[in-house]
Amino acid sequence: MDALVTHFGAIVFYTLAALAVAGAVGVIAFRNPVHAAISLLMTFLAVAGLFVLQRAELIAAVQVLVYAGGVMVLFLFVIMLVNVRTLPDQERYVRRLVPAAIAISVVLAALVLVGVWAAFRTPAASPAALVSVGGQVMGNTEAVGWSLYRDYLLPFEVVSVVLLVAMIGAIVMGRKEKEERA
Amino acid sequence: MITTTHYLVLSLILFGLGVTGVVVRRNFITVLMSLELILNAANINFIAFSNHLGDISGQVFAVFVITIAAAEAAIGLGIIIALVRLKHTVQLDQVSVMQG
Repeated sequence: MDALVTHFGAIVFYTLAALAVAGAVGVIAFRNPVHAAISLLMTFLAVAGLFVLQRAELIAAVQVLVYAGGVMVLFLFVIMLVNVRTLPDQERYVRRLVPAAIAISVVLAALVLVGVWAAFRTPAASPAALVSVGGQVMGNTEAVGWSLYRDYLLPFEVVSVVLLVAMIGAIVMGRKEKEERA
Repeated sequence: MITTTHYLVLSLILFGLGVTGVVVRRNFITVLMSLELILNAANINFIAFSNHLGDISGQVFAVFVITIAAAEAAIGLGIIIALVRLKHTVQLDQVSVMQG
């Protein structure tokens, strides 16, 4: 029982990490896009749990709302609209998998080295630094809000324009052509 | 004890699976889902380093990444709708008009 208490954080981390990786494998392996989408949903929820472990409660909530709520519904909606079963049957993977796999492994090994090296060079900061602005202690949401609207106001506005452009683009592409409409 | 390195390795695994999905799968919908995996891996890195360095900016940028991911999903799915209407396929290797 004591071991369970002392290793609770590790147990939660490894459980969520295993769920996330299993979901990611499912996205690649499932033939049916609906199964892949559900598998992706599992990854999103597990990653949201990991964000809570990392004291990023706001991002965890946003992850569940935007990804699990918005993006996944959009994916399932399009899968339903396209109705993949009526399309001609196809192979799942591209040919010549081996060169692709080797290239990916090499890039990943390089990334592991860079990431681990960077993490070990800087000592971890105190957790309290995350939730204080100007010496004043506050909640995670408030701290993110302060930073977002004070330090990153211009990027915030630019991102809103990006969203508007994406929305208009999606509407234009989704519209029927004029000659088809009759 | 779970350190920042654990999160980095997890993010790396998710990123690798995402890249693998983009490279090896032929279904456009699945390729888009793999792209979402890649962006999620980037978010894990942002959050892990935000926690490690005690800097809230990482979480702010995670918000930006989520926004861009949503925009990318909307555009990509719009392309899928247009593709199915014009070509009646979601297979990427059957869309080779510009290959010459």
